Amino acid sequence: MTNGWTDVANADVILVMGGNPAENHPVGFRFVMEAKRKRKAKIVCVDPRFTRTAAVSDCYVPIRSGTDIAFLGGIINYSLSKGLYQAEYVRQHTNASFLLHKDFGFDAGHFSGWDEAKKSYDKTTWQYELDGSGFAKVDPTLEHPQSVFQQMRKHYSRYTPEKVAEICGCTAEDFLKAAAIVCSASPEDKSGTILYALGWTQHSFAVQLIHTAAMVQLLMGNIGMPGGGVNAQRGHANIQGATDMGTWNNLPGYLKIPRANMQSLDDYLKANTPKPLRPNSMNYWGNTPKFMTSLLKAYYGEQATKENGFGYQWIPKAGETENYGWGYMYDNMLAGKIEGLISFGMNPVANGPNTKKMLAALSKLKWLIVAENFETETSAFWNAKKLAEKYYPASGDPSQIQTEVFLLPASCFAEKDGAFVNSSRWLQWKDAALDPPGDAKRDQEIIAQLFTRIRTLYQKEGGKGADQLLNMQWNYATPLSPSLTEVAREVNGRDLTTGKQLSGFGELKDDGTTICGNWIYSGSWTEAGNNMARRGQDDPTGLGLYPNYSWSWPANRRILYNRASADANGKPWDETRAPLRWANGRWSGDVPDYKGDAQPDKLGSFIMLPEGVAKFFTADLVEGPFPEHYEPVESPVENALHSNVSANPSAKIFHAEMDKLGTSKDFPYVGITYRLTEHFHYWTKNMQASSELQSNFFVEIPDGLAKEKSIRNGDQVRVSTARGNVEGPALVTKRFRGLKVGGKTVYQVGLPIHWGFVGHIKGPLINNLTASVYDPNSGTPEYKGFLVNLEKI
Amino acid sequence: MQTVAKLIDTSLCIGCKACEVACQEWNDQEFTLGTFGGTYQTMPQLEHNFWNLIKFNEFETDGQMSWLMMKYQCMHCQDAGCMKACPSPGAIVRLPNGTVDFNHDNCIGCGYCITGCPFDVPRLSPETKKVYKCTLCSDRTAVGLEPACIKTCPTNCLTFGTRTDLLRKAEDRAHELQADGLQHAGVYNPAGVGGTNVIYVLKDASAPESYGLPRDPTIPWTVSLWKGPVKVLGSMVFLGGILGTFFHYIRYGPKKEEEHADED
Repeated sequence: MTNGWTDVANADVILVMGGNPAENHPVGFRFVMEAKRKRKAKIVCVDPRFTRTAAVSDCYVPIRSGTDIAFLGGIINYSLSKGLYQAEYVRQHTNASFLLHKDFGFDAGHFSGWDEAKKSYDKTTWQYELDGSGFAKVDPTLEHPQSVFQQMRKHYSRYTPEKVAEICGCTAEDFLKAAAIVCSASPEDKSGTILYALGWTQHSFAVQLIHTAAMVQLLMGNIGMPGGGVNAQRGHANIQGATDMGTWNNLPGYLKIPRANMQSLDDYLKANTPKPLRPNSMNYWGNTPKFMTSLLKAYYGEQATKENGFGYQWIPKAGETENYGWGYMYDNMLAGKIEGLISFGMNPVANGPNTKKMLAALSKLKWLIVAENFETETSAFWNAKKLAEKYYPASGDPSQIQTEVFLLPASCFAEKDGAFVNSSRWLQWKDAALDPPGDAKRDQEIIAQLFTRIRTLYQKEGGKGADQLLNMQWNYATPLSPSLTEVAREVNGRDLTTGKQLSGFGELKDDGTTICGNWIYSGSWTEAGNNMARRGQDDPTGLGLYPNYSWSWPANRRILYNRASADANGKPWDETRAPLRWANGRWSGDVPDYKGDAQPDKLGSFIMLPEGVAKFFTADLVEGPFPEHYEPVESPVENALHSNVSANPSAKIFHAEMDKLGTSKDFPYVGITYRLTEHFHYWTKNMQASSELQSNFFVEIPDGLAKEKSIRNGDQVRVSTARGNVEGPALVTKRFRGLKVGGKTVYQVGLPIHWGFVGHIKGPLINNLTASVYDPNSGTPEYKGFLVNLEKI
Repeated sequence: MQTVAKLIDTSLCIGCKACEVACQEWNDQEFTLGTFGGTYQTMPQLEHNFWNLIKFNEFETDGQMSWLMMKYQCMHCQDAGCMKACPSPGAIVRLPNGTVDFNHDNCIGCGYCITGCPFDVPRLSPETKKVYKCTLCSDRTAVGLEPACIKTCPTNCLTFGTRTDLLRKAEDRAHELQADGLQHAGVYNPAGVGGTNVIYVLKDASAPESYGLPRDPTIPWTVSLWKGPVKVLGSMVFLGGILGTFFHYIRYGPKKEEEHADED
């Protein structure tokens, strides 16, 4: 979240789209209800299903799964054509005034630079016109035809209400109602927030979708404002922490992953340290060398020296285009390129797309270690054929599977201390409530034991990549079970010269005299102590920022980009909702997202970006600098904007033998997967309370489709895709309607995810249906909007 | 002692079922499996071991979808049908704070209270042959805590307090909703049972049925009869019997064992 849960109560408009917080974030949803009750906030819910969120919203618009960019693009067009945007904000805080390369354009589904043979873009024309000093040229009047503003206006002029209706399957009237409410947040003294979740991230154009949301919010002047922002609701207690601490795509603190073409630290820093694009840009990522060097010092300690590039050579490098994301990992596993897998807090057989492929991939492993609270579909994968036969035909003959499986009993969250990072970016420290039962061990102990034993083997026998392990710093007081206190202090970082904890990332150095495990967490455990354990409920701004409650990254800042909440002279857009105030040469209020003593007009207000301002237009993504509506890879209709380029031309699609794609001839309906309030992922099916509240898998079916197929409530049905099928009872409902799309009625079928072949309650694994199709930027599978067939059985 | 009450603001309920779990856990109910009834509801009705149920009612009016979610449990009526119907003294009691509670030591499992309840709340356990329902967490309220469901509610849809305060709050909230354009918003505190200690704010009080609430609940006439005229009559019959026995004794003396011939 750019803002935070408590801040949602400051909103006047709440657009809920690609998420269902009443069902999936009921505790955070109290702040939505508070805004509704106290501020008379209007809630707009745009969703294929009439959900529990829709039930309490002021305006509900049903759309076809995967058409969100068209809907938001329509809002951009509505806002620009009606003049319903915060003009001064746009001029001052965004790149609307930047001039683009003269050859930049968009034609019939492709942006300029498309290479049909390589199936990728040459991004030369996606750059700004630069002046002699290497800075972007700007036109503050926003009238230059090559300005981002005019190009944006042109690009979205195609997204008329009628076109939106044609693509999304809603009516133009409903769209206009929603657009009017969203744009009612455009005046300076109004704020609107956007809440989203996996309904946006699980598409083959997901990152672009969130880009579109950011554009809407910039037009409304809602970024940096209390009650504003683009707010991702994270779906696991600590998934935000997991992302912050590194994925296939980034090292801790969103440092880019080293790749094969960056063999030395210099190469890496050159490729990943941006240069300012405007004279007033603070360009905070210019400090990348400090962040990276301090991280390397945390990894390799005394072994990391200036001479050896601080041990950079020991970090594994990803391929230039391939990566270690989920799709590649299991594709490579299936191809026999991976020997073993250690799985913590993950259940790939249940989580991954195309269950059949997951099962087949795991059966190619020599060994599999699963550290878990319970037996899972993954640890029991070798027996899937027998365990799952009641729910669908699973593949795999156990006698043919040679994988050796180790199930290590691991402690659960209540049995260890440490921090949870919530959607609001708050690091909340917790104590262990009890000891792990029986032989169960805490995760850090399992990892430490594996690490030290493997290191001993390498010390004795040597082997490939031995340096990585042998040079790693592991100087914990109890090396076989490091305390999380010690790890958290290391993550915060310390000054090696003084031995003192760092007070924040401003103190990091690139000469090897500081260590820091994650620069954005620097400040969480200072000399003052564990700031994550703070529970102060004081609220000096009255905006619900609670600066002394836990600790929020970065720098305990509660609202990101908060400098944009004021105009060029530092005057708040809304006096009643000012997170920052400029007086006596200092900014006060929230921790400023700006230099604390810099004059309001001295620096660009978006200090992390080389432009110094927020971007409507960005060359950072794979499939285009402006978001464009593309159909899901499996879609019942052709793209109404450009039928020749229907799906995202850059979507990552895998082509193993079992990665089949279907067509609307055989699979005429749209399938979407989702969670229910009563369960958490594939985990609470082991718990009695959640199992009672929602015991049975079901298939949610629009009543129109049910009538066509003579399906009554409770009848057994089969849902199938080109990959596989699932069976279960029908839940026939009016909450889910057929939508008129391109002259025909498109029905969607709802598939809750929480069941599997292991646990207190059992049922089919929904990912038996889904495809190995991924967003090219994030590597997230397209779980929303795939083609299915439905039969009564 | 002031009468306590529970206010349920249906305009803030999101059907998350947290109250269901809190109720089950606080009352140490054994978890069973829910019954799929083709809706999101945990089970079709309240059960002897499930006292707090979110009801989901979906309907369409003029193309506008409504999905009403509402917490359903014992209403703790001011004039409680269950108490009226109960023939076993001390099985159903009214606590000093107004809560209608069951004392299972005295419950004879006759089920009359089930007939007496206009809200269809009490349930007979097939195992213990006794009747169960929400106690308004009398073991919590006795020590100054709010009921478990209220403690857990994430959206502040549930409030605990004195009946007088909550009735005023409910009226205020209803006016607030009316001012927001919900012209039929109102308070549900039905007079037919003397008012209830569970008070609802309904977005549409003109149609309580759409939430699954009876429009005008009253204690069944059979129960009123049985505890009213029939009870007097019954008592007279009962008394008559005793008097008859007395006079019979006076007149004929103690009953003598008949002498039987030994047949062996």
